[in-house]
Amino acid sequence: MTSASLQRPLDQGDAPARLARPARRFSWAWLGVAPFFIFAFLFLFLPSLSLFIGSFQDPQGQFTLANIAGLFTPSIRSAYWITIRISVFTAVAGGLFGFFVAYAGVLSGLPRWVRDGLMTFSGVASNFAGVPLAFAFIATLGRLGMVTVLLKEVVGIDLYAGGFSLYSFWGLSLTYLYFQFPLMVLIITPALEGLRRDWREAAENLGATGWQYWRYVGLPILLPSLLGAMILLFGNAFGAYATALSLTGGLINLVTILIGAQIKGDVLHNVGLGNALALGMVVIMAISMAGYYALRRRSERWMRL
Amino acid sequence: MKTNKLWGWLWVGLGVLYFTLPLLATLEFSLRAQKGQLSLLAYQRVFQDPEFTRTLSFSLLMGVLTIVASLALIVPTAYWVRLRLPKLRPVVEFITLMPFVIPAIVLVFGLIRVYSGGPIPLTNTQMGTNLLLVAAYVVLALPYMYRSVDAGLTAIDVRTLTEAAQSLGAGWPTILLRVIFPNLRAALLSGAFLTLAIVIGEFTIASFLVGINAFGPYMSLIGQNKTYESSALAIISFALTWLFMGLLQFVGRGARGQSQVMGAR
Repeated sequence: MTSASLQRPLDQGDAPARLARPARRFSWAWLGVAPFFIFAFLFLFLPSLSLFIGSFQDPQGQFTLANIAGLFTPSIRSAYWITIRISVFTAVAGGLFGFFVAYAGVLSGLPRWVRDGLMTFSGVASNFAGVPLAFAFIATLGRLGMVTVLLKEVVGIDLYAGGFSLYSFWGLSLTYLYFQFPLMVLIITPALEGLRRDWREAAENLGATGWQYWRYVGLPILLPSLLGAMILLFGNAFGAYATALSLTGGLINLVTILIGAQIKGDVLHNVGLGNALALGMVVIMAISMAGYYALRRRSERWMRL
Repeated sequence: MKTNKLWGWLWVGLGVLYFTLPLLATLEFSLRAQKGQLSLLAYQRVFQDPEFTRTLSFSLLMGVLTIVASLALIVPTAYWVRLRLPKLRPVVEFITLMPFVIPAIVLVFGLIRVYSGGPIPLTNTQMGTNLLLVAAYVVLALPYMYRSVDAGLTAIDVRTLTEAAQSLGAGWPTILLRVIFPNLRAALLSGAFLTLAIVIGEFTIASFLVGINAFGPYMSLIGQNKTYESSALAIISFALTWLFMGLLQFVGRGARGQSQVMGAR
């Protein structure tokens, strides 16, 4: 999502063409957007519809709810559960870390170039994901990774003997954080810059301490933006496939990995269940996006960015 | 104020550390292909591999085609909606946000279901598969491209420009190609570079449609059996991301920062 989308409802465009045009003219105007709608129909709507219908079909093509019920079997439920846990964890941890870094860059009185440098770094890091990111973390925290070896030889901490593995929940989470927290920096910086100095001054004139300012003014204003940004991070991790696959070789039981295996060969032995898995992802994404837009509307009450 | 600044440096420092440590480790690793000394051997091997050049140019080509296709699709639409069909605007905007709700893996699943067989069996031919790949990338890039173009259109007075061109006798193709496109140059370029950054190393969609023809799946294959080369590839890929994002910042100065969410994770 561009940060522009967090800022304000886009203005409603120019005034509609005023003069009443003859009906024939109007039908021509529709032709102008026809290619876009045809494209959206072919490559967005049809695939979604196909998965949706497939979710309610048995192998013979008859209507069934068995696939949806199949989502609640233990193995599938655990796939959703671990995907959600990783997404929530990296959204909250990455969100908080990103918030503090952005706060430090914008509001703690550091020179301007720090802020600019931070934004550039974040733009790059949030786009550095997938296969190469997995390679980078294997070189860092894998069994022979630089940090693993340094910790073992210099500090005397053996990560892997202590139960850590890059190819597990924690390893994957640390890897995701590499693109999660910079994304938070990108999203939340405009909101932090939108906190007006006069609000702080007004609070201080009324005798508020720094803590009171944050407790009663700063945080309540920022909260919708913060939560909204974390929802975006959640979605970002929830749909991740390439990073997880190349890091764990498909050994971790994420929903995306399961769907990938299902596409390659019918591992669930049930095409309908595969479709239902995908549908479940879309439903969860749709709910979180709806939450995001509700929060965004709230944050716009105060933020005029 | 003093302690505030100290904390500021601390957090920024932590952020920079998290950002640089994996890169340093990868760089160091990529230089160790030759026993006992640092060398560029891994990079040499990568560059000498004909598959590297082939897959990277394939992915670049797909990226360029994606940019051309999405510009051809989005600029006229956004322009026309603004000028003639403002009532459709929420609908178009909603559609451009759909890719955020549909993860890449789900998109490619649906595309394969619809287009491998059925009335339009695109995956039966090389050409058709590549077409499907570009279509999927246009979908992935849709939110960023549309937003870029729309922000660009907000900054210029579309109606006046159009009327001025019309009163000088210009037809629609002339208006679009010689008036609207040039005025949107910065916005279009920033959308284009972001698209390249998404598409070049894209793995999820490419691996199911074209396999190791594309750069992302190629990197993944190397990762399975060549340790040093894969680190070198990670550094090269990082440099490419940096290049495209740098160009993006350069052309997009003044415009609000762009970021990517939910692309090629």
